[in-house]
Amino acid sequence: MPAVKFTLNGKPQTVDAVPAMPLLWVLRDTLGLTGTKFGCGMSLCGACTVHIDGQPQRSCVTPISAVAGRKVTTIEGLSADRTHPVQKAWIEEDVPQCGYCQSGQIMTAVALLAKTANPTDADIDEAMRNNICRCGTYEDIRRAMHRAAEIKRAGGAQ
Amino acid sequence: MSAFAVDRRNFLRTGAAAIGGLLIGCYLPERRKLAADTAVAVNKLNAWVLVSNDDFVTFYIHKAEMGQGTVTSLSMLLAEELECDWSKIRTEFPGVDRAYGGFQGVVGSQSIRSSYVSLRQAGAQAREMLIAAAAAKWGVDKSACRAEKSTVVNTATNARFTYGSLAEAAAKLPVPANVALKDPAQFQIVGKSRKRLDTPGKVDGSIAFGIDVRLPNMLYAVVERCPVFGGTAASFDDSKTKATPGVKSVVKISNGVAVIADSTWAAMEGRRKLTVQWDEGKVAAHSTPDITKSFADAVAAGAPPLRNVGDAAAALASASKKLEAVYQTPYLAHAPMEPLNCTAWVRPDGADVWASTQMQSMAQQIAAQKSGLPPAKVEIHTEYMGGGFGRRGGVDYIGEAVEVAKAVDVPVKVTWSREDDMRHDTYRPASYCRFAGGVDADGWPVAWTASIACPAFAGANTSTEGVRDNPYTIPNFAVDYHDVNPGIPVSYWRSVGYSQNCFFAESFLDEMAHAGGKDPVEVRRRFLAKNPRLLAALELAAEKADWGEPLPAGHGRGVSVVNNIGSNTVQIAEVSVEKGKVKVHRVVCAVDCGAVVNPAGVTQQIASGIAFGLSALKSGVSIKNGRVEQGNFHQYDVVRMDEMPKVEVHIVPSQAAPGGIGEASTPGIAPAVCNAIFAATGKRIRQLPIRPEDLA
Repeated sequence: MPAVKFTLNGKPQTVDAVPAMPLLWVLRDTLGLTGTKFGCGMSLCGACTVHIDGQPQRSCVTPISAVAGRKVTTIEGLSADRTHPVQKAWIEEDVPQCGYCQSGQIMTAVALLAKTANPTDADIDEAMRNNICRCGTYEDIRRAMHRAAEIKRAGGAQ
Repeated sequence: MSAFAVDRRNFLRTGAAAIGGLLIGCYLPERRKLAADTAVAVNKLNAWVLVSNDDFVTFYIHKAEMGQGTVTSLSMLLAEELECDWSKIRTEFPGVDRAYGGFQGVVGSQSIRSSYVSLRQAGAQAREMLIAAAAAKWGVDKSACRAEKSTVVNTATNARFTYGSLAEAAAKLPVPANVALKDPAQFQIVGKSRKRLDTPGKVDGSIAFGIDVRLPNMLYAVVERCPVFGGTAASFDDSKTKATPGVKSVVKISNGVAVIADSTWAAMEGRRKLTVQWDEGKVAAHSTPDITKSFADAVAAGAPPLRNVGDAAAALASASKKLEAVYQTPYLAHAPMEPLNCTAWVRPDGADVWASTQMQSMAQQIAAQKSGLPPAKVEIHTEYMGGGFGRRGGVDYIGEAVEVAKAVDVPVKVTWSREDDMRHDTYRPASYCRFAGGVDADGWPVAWTASIACPAFAGANTSTEGVRDNPYTIPNFAVDYHDVNPGIPVSYWRSVGYSQNCFFAESFLDEMAHAGGKDPVEVRRRFLAKNPRLLAALELAAEKADWGEPLPAGHGRGVSVVNNIGSNTVQIAEVSVEKGKVKVHRVVCAVDCGAVVNPAGVTQQIASGIAFGLSALKSGVSIKNGRVEQGNFHQYDVVRMDEMPKVEVHIVPSQAAPGGIGEASTPGIAPAVCNAIFAATGKRIRQLPIRPEDLA
């Protein structure tokens, strides 16, 4: 199996894997980073969202070969101590219920806030509508995203 | 088992070893063995409370957490009487233990109801033991001591002992039999909103769900199951599977063929190359149209009433105006975000099972049955659930994983794909309800009858709840029931029978109100006159939702009233229909669930139940030749961010016995929305999911 080299949460990473193996399973089973979740396997639910070179991507349909030389950030790499503005806002608003989809929700929200500092509700709808939450935390997510934008404006930006 | 027990505990994330403790006086034999290998003093005061020498308290939450907030609310009950520092709490899920009353599981929104007194008692007992230990150290009477924020204070001298410094002595004292509980007026924690204890670990990926379990030497498996319910594998060709990189073995089990590999993906790849010949069995004869027809035929054949009030037939015959309607709902999947999974390790002398499960006790039983071991030799490790909604009240996926694990001598994690989850669920039953109703000369409903057909799984009362036990005093009422079961597996789905039957009953009541020219709230008010709690909730919801006030053109309001799980909810939805799509703008929910432990949790659960119920307006499961046609979220769509209404929750203050909350709001949302659609458009929705032609 060929070795794939990429940057994972800021550190160099090499894995031996079948080229077609999705990044999701490399993260979870090979590397033990289980914060990124399996939900549908077809890029339909968003639970597996990670950042590749800063863009939100579905790791369940991203072959490991496609991340060679690229920068991958997972929920574990967002901050060392839950101090990313989005994590702070999620804690303030007590967003999660079962919590399973929240890694993907947070990664998608972080990506939106990186390009749109003050998202409108319509911006949030558009960015988040492909991240499914069966517990129905959507309005809490919306509130937390507005709060995260505030925290960033107040100087907590990363 | 001793060497193994310690070894196993060392790699458990949340086991007692992780907090470095010596457990004294606990119940589980293998944990006692662990004690010999550790040295830090911690002490378990009863089945729920352990105090460590670092002053942290560990609460053993004997229920399970699927998002409903049980870890937090049960901790609040314990902490209220224990007088501990809320910032120094850890929680764990214990193993199956008779100390927790013989049944461990979460079902029927029972966690708070079944723990409201017992956990306050457990907290009070532990507090009294700590006070007694402090009193003995000071040589004073217990009455000269009080507990406060994880310390015991000597009220004469103001000296203090921390709980950690008292725990070892306290654990040696007898557990007091009778302890006085606080008057609710004195509550400091219960009844005041608390943030969830599990939130921090859910924003950084660190909380482990069942699917995240990782063990040394663990293998990964997936199972190819017969696409037809009840079918079995006649033969299979695994030559290409075995040639797949990473695949270790292929095993036939009772319901299919398992592929075991060194990663989940390798197992999935191997499964893709498997060829299985199935014995499909008799369910293959069934498809949705014939199932629906079998329901209609059963209803047409008639049956004696299950409940009968007055003389509905005579009252209908003499009614001024009569109406009839047929309502239908499909099978529904649960589709929790965490696909089903279970990790099992079966050895000759014992087994361990790691599962996100609602049913620890049943998990132990099925694992014992499948492994051939006595239940006492099966340790159940309860993991956080990525949603349950009733699906994880079943233990089929646990028994299956134990079967797979018997084939190897290491732990194996069986993971279901989303398609496996959707096509091998235990569904909400499809259901069919025919109503007849009559209104009198003044326009008031005077009689109604309901005839329901659906597959039963917990008796006729469960299949008809929501219609049979409706809260209205309409003078003539009769309901009959027909158990028609085509063999599709059915089971509990958040709010169970109420979830479809309240859609039927609350919609048809709305039809009767309009038939008589009456306001839907006014009709409910009249026939709830003897039910003060529901009536008060109705008045509160109507006031908060501005019932009767003008709305923008094209908007409509709809109301629903539900009494289930010991709680009362009234919902008023405001909707519009634009370009064939329903938009739910706002839902006002008044809830009287008795005494409230965590108001923030109640608000969360009301919104959650509404989101869950709204998804039933969008999707259903259909059957073709014994197979489920839907496989993933593109075919079974659920409510999204842009479809979630603003939910305004108004809690009726109450000191009545607590009701449930996890399932309170799910039944009422479909009828509230569909009644609002009628108000907005004149279109009556009698079948879910809503089809475009229903709105055209």
